[in-house]
Amino acid sequence: MELRDLKKNLKKDFSRFKKIKLAFLADTASQFIVQAIKGWGYEFSYDLDIFEADFNQIERQILDSTSELYEHEPEVTIVFESSHKLLYKFNKLPSAKKESFAQDRIDQLEMYLQALSSKMKTKVIYFNIAEIDDNVFGNHSNKVSSSFVFQVRKLNYLLMEKASQAANLYICDLSSVQNRYGKERSFSPSIYVNTEMILSVDIVPKVAFNVVNMLAAMNGKIKKCLILDLDNTLWGGVIGDDGIENIQLGMLGIGKAFTEFQLWIKALQQRGIILAVCSKNDEDKAKAPFEKHPDMVLKLDDIAVFVANWENKADNIRKIQRILNIGFDSMVFLDDNPFERNMVRANVEGVLVPELPEDPAEYLEYLYTLNLFETTSFSGEDTERTKLYQVEAERVTFHQKFTDENEFLKSLDMLSDVQPFNSFNTPRVAQLSQRSNQFNLRTVRYTEDDIKRVAEDNNYYTLTFTLEDKFGDNGLISAIILQQEDNTTLFIDTWFMSCRVLKRGMENFILNTIIETAKNNGYSKVKGEYIPTEKNGMVKDHYKNLGFEQEEGFWVINTEKYENKPCYISKK
Amino acid sequence: MQKSDIIAKLVEIGIDIFDNEDVELTETTTADEVEGWDSLTHIQFVVEIEKAFKIRFASREIQGWKNVGEMVDTILSKINE
Repeated sequence: MELRDLKKNLKKDFSRFKKIKLAFLADTASQFIVQAIKGWGYEFSYDLDIFEADFNQIERQILDSTSELYEHEPEVTIVFESSHKLLYKFNKLPSAKKESFAQDRIDQLEMYLQALSSKMKTKVIYFNIAEIDDNVFGNHSNKVSSSFVFQVRKLNYLLMEKASQAANLYICDLSSVQNRYGKERSFSPSIYVNTEMILSVDIVPKVAFNVVNMLAAMNGKIKKCLILDLDNTLWGGVIGDDGIENIQLGMLGIGKAFTEFQLWIKALQQRGIILAVCSKNDEDKAKAPFEKHPDMVLKLDDIAVFVANWENKADNIRKIQRILNIGFDSMVFLDDNPFERNMVRANVEGVLVPELPEDPAEYLEYLYTLNLFETTSFSGEDTERTKLYQVEAERVTFHQKFTDENEFLKSLDMLSDVQPFNSFNTPRVAQLSQRSNQFNLRTVRYTEDDIKRVAEDNNYYTLTFTLEDKFGDNGLISAIILQQEDNTTLFIDTWFMSCRVLKRGMENFILNTIIETAKNNGYSKVKGEYIPTEKNGMVKDHYKNLGFEQEEGFWVINTEKYENKPCYISKK
Repeated sequence: MQKSDIIAKLVEIGIDIFDNEDVELTETTTADEVEGWDSLTHIQFVVEIEKAFKIRFASREIQGWKNVGEMVDTILSKINE
């Protein structure tokens, strides 16, 4: 989308959308980028309420506790310090101070972060620095640590280091955007000199897209699954016709394009993206390259659900969705055939179907620009995700053998490890709080820092639950935060659960544990709340079904009269 | 290229950029007479004109025109370069 299309969005109806408060602070003119961010917000179904600071007010807004920034109470504060202003400051420094320029900027950022976090709970998105090669030293900049080029690259590195340690700091990769589109397209000197706008009209929409993508990921709107066609998508040619020796992979023909494409997909899988195959082929022929072709990067083990038959792909994708039990809108479908793409787009609402270029050599560069897999979390459990979904497919098959649901549950030999929040499970708890959309009673999003804070606060009792059975371990699948409301009542601030473990009796087990915790600490009442969102309709009657009673918009249950609910899960 | 052709093209671009179906431009029209033409959309207008005519305006020119006629003169001089 171009800037003018995004601006047209500003006149449309945002009333049904989720409202998110932001602040945008910049040392250059920010009107276009802010308009573009709002415009992209429409495309993502967000009503972005942006406080746009006046020109060059970053320091004043952050350090003055009575500023409009703090009045606005943004959930996310975006700070854009441009390379131009940086170069201006750098050039005015005495030589001695140039050496420590990058570190000084990091120290100033740390001061900003402290000031912000001391006065409000906000995430900070900081733009990294788009390089200006002023060529003062030519290529020799790389050998002169006091050169601007050297210091900017050092600064960008230090920003990454800082961001990997500070949970509330996120980096918007402006440098990467300029890298992709080139300086000439990203910066217009004549416009800059006249308006103080540092981003060209062409590049503004792309930078804004990056920002809103990050906001979406922060709000749980992420892609979790990649569904792949096989012929001419993962390899050149048609396996059924060409046979395993003639499909193009590796050194054969343009096989390199497909091998590199598979390497990218493998990297996604290792990062936690679930892979599925949806191909029009005989299953044994479709699986053969995975098992036997020496240049095949992806193996059957990497694929969570493998569907190869002659039925239509819309039905097959629905089948894949039923097994994985994730939203259609968290799926991406790649297929070289425009007919298949159009058919899936028209018949399976929510699935993202990129319009792959005709030339397979261009697949990767095109897909890179779509930034499909933005995320705000990455934990150890991500790398194991494929195994989890494969094991689930096995369970589904086992389940089909039983007519009595209770017999099935009993035979699973389910165990749950119940622990409070600790340093080991904090990343996973934070990640789940950000990803859980459906089984989530109040949809409160927590960063790792937030979880640490709650864990150390005596006003809270925290519980995490794992679930394993004879097929495998699902890992940590639910977290509970109980807040002391008064000396008789505990309030369930947070109850979310991974949809992977629905219908196992986990809700009963968790409630039994909550009541046990309440009773052991002298609370006679437990209170819950359901805050409706677009996605959590499934838990509308959650508290009602568990025997809570309505009381002034909340749900309450008495711990003294409580009888443990039945379930086939035992404490580990 | 004739001045009238240039003006016609400016109207076409203006309708899109100013998000205004009723853009009418003559040589004496000024920005404040056109709904949707403000300091921000002026920048977008300028960038689109550069692309459409394959020209580049100098920094001094971008905010120097008093009316559409002066813009057209600048564009003409650059096309004929």
